[in-house]
Amino acid sequence: MRTFLTRRLLQSLVVLLGISFVVFFILHLTGDPASVLLPPEATAQDIREFRARMGFNDPFYVQYARFLRGALQGNFGDSIRHGEPAFGLVVERMPATFQLAGAALLLALCLAIPAGIVSAVRRNTLIDYVSTVVALLGQSMPTFWLGIMLILLFSVQLNLLPSSGRGEWRHLVLPAVTLGLFTTARITRLTRSGMLEVLSQDYIRTARAKGVSDPPVVWKHALKNAAIPIVTIVGIELGTLLGGSVITETIFAWPGVGRLSVQAIYNRDYPVVQAAVFLLASTFVLVNLVVDVLYTYLDPRIRLS
Amino acid sequence: MSTRATALPLPEEFRPVRGEWWVFLRRLARRRTSLFGLVVVAVVVVTALGATWVTPFDPVEQDIGDRLKPPGSRDATGHVHPLGTDHLGRDILARIVFGARPALLVGFAAVAISGVLGMAAGLVAGYFGGRIDDVLMRLADIQLAFPFILLAIAVIGVLGPSLTTIICVIGVSSWVVYARIVRGAALSLREREFVQAAQALGSRDGRILLRHVLPNVFTPWLVVATLDMARVIVIESALSFLGLGVQPPTPTWGGMLADGRVYISTAWWLATFPGLAILVTVLGINLFGDGLRDTLDPRLKV
Repeated sequence: MRTFLTRRLLQSLVVLLGISFVVFFILHLTGDPASVLLPPEATAQDIREFRARMGFNDPFYVQYARFLRGALQGNFGDSIRHGEPAFGLVVERMPATFQLAGAALLLALCLAIPAGIVSAVRRNTLIDYVSTVVALLGQSMPTFWLGIMLILLFSVQLNLLPSSGRGEWRHLVLPAVTLGLFTTARITRLTRSGMLEVLSQDYIRTARAKGVSDPPVVWKHALKNAAIPIVTIVGIELGTLLGGSVITETIFAWPGVGRLSVQAIYNRDYPVVQAAVFLLASTFVLVNLVVDVLYTYLDPRIRLS
Repeated sequence: MSTRATALPLPEEFRPVRGEWWVFLRRLARRRTSLFGLVVVAVVVVTALGATWVTPFDPVEQDIGDRLKPPGSRDATGHVHPLGTDHLGRDILARIVFGARPALLVGFAAVAISGVLGMAAGLVAGYFGGRIDDVLMRLADIQLAFPFILLAIAVIGVLGPSLTTIICVIGVSSWVVYARIVRGAALSLREREFVQAAQALGSRDGRILLRHVLPNVFTPWLVVATLDMARVIVIESALSFLGLGVQPPTPTWGGMLADGRVYISTAWWLATFPGLAILVTVLGINLFGDGLRDTLDPRLKV
């Protein structure tokens, strides 16, 4: 167990290091960070001074080392537009993004797991077909269109829910549904196929033969084993949700990291973009580390091998 | 001794009546949902190619007098706008039909790039194992850790949006799914007798990978590629929606949605139809991909 944890921790550190390099490299994609950061009307004199001030004349590895040292201390430089530290701006908006992603994930789990189980247990009945079709549609529907259609229906036509901003729970409903639908669809399909596979196993037949009634077989014997792939996908889906928040937040004017970074990209405010990408990616790595530890609890074979 | 071994001709009754592709197509066609998916995809591709003949309207020609006309209204010359016109008086159907072009182009090109990259990485990682496998799989972890859309828009923001940039960014950053599937398959193929026989005969690694391993990982790769195509089309429209896709005046589904969003309370048709176009296309690809997976390799988990 200890070696597993150490190895997993080291792997995460390597991944974080890789992330920091990619985030650093974004600015150097065109070969000249000064031209990316400065407005097009900057004079040659401005560019020269800016380069010297930012240290863009130093060798590449010196610049990366400086970036890495800053990143570890939460220093990504000042936002060009707001004049405040970029890191602080991003951290300030993290709770809103976590709230949205958390609500979407919760919604997905509450809908998808029961739907997947019922679909598998009542295979090839009307309820299975309905849930399969809904899941397929949900997987094929672009988030931004769904968001706009929900606004059209619930805000414009029915005037039931607000279409933008963050405040009481009513503000959360439409963005959470929009962001969560794709994940709901994926987990539904995964739960269904996982349960179908488990339900045909010998130990389920044994349990039934012993006279265990239906509900405990499904909930105790089958679900615990079908839960293993679901736990993995939850970790990965969190990445989808954090990434998807970029679009959902833009549509619903939700004041989170996603909307902040899209605005930062339009404003060429790259310190903020770097801080946002770095923080979201690091969150994803941390969550997946936790998921992997949980995984060993559910499936001891991993820990022992 | 330079004689080449020739296969003995099979007696007539053992010869397969039709090729295996025929058998495969028959099996695929028996699933009504995947056949439906295939038909949808075919219709979208044909309409995109023959866009000029599908509609009498020019997708970029503006007609301010006829702006925001609801579906079914006629213009001065008596032509019907079946799906209405947008805020610049352009025919929505024409724009949807022409908008299929960038979507499909980005879809095919990006999938081709990421598919080839992922295939190469997966083959090398799975077949050789060891250090190179570790390095490639850590790279995959790093790639997966990024919120995809955010990374894509950050890179496109720096490089500037163009068709090539979009294809390259999506293509280069989508190799991981392919690599993982191919690696898994290559890992077990490495231990199989026919691969070991080839090694014992002194075949070089490159030859073994291309002639013996690759053909056997092709099926799962194809399934991943099909399903990934759906994802790429959604990403392309998301980028255009954010204004970082193929630039106007070229019509894109995402760009039309972004325009339509502004008029959501007065002209619902602007945003509704391009979204339906994306939904139908993506649904078709997904149905076809699911059918492909169930027909070719039901145990595959993608």
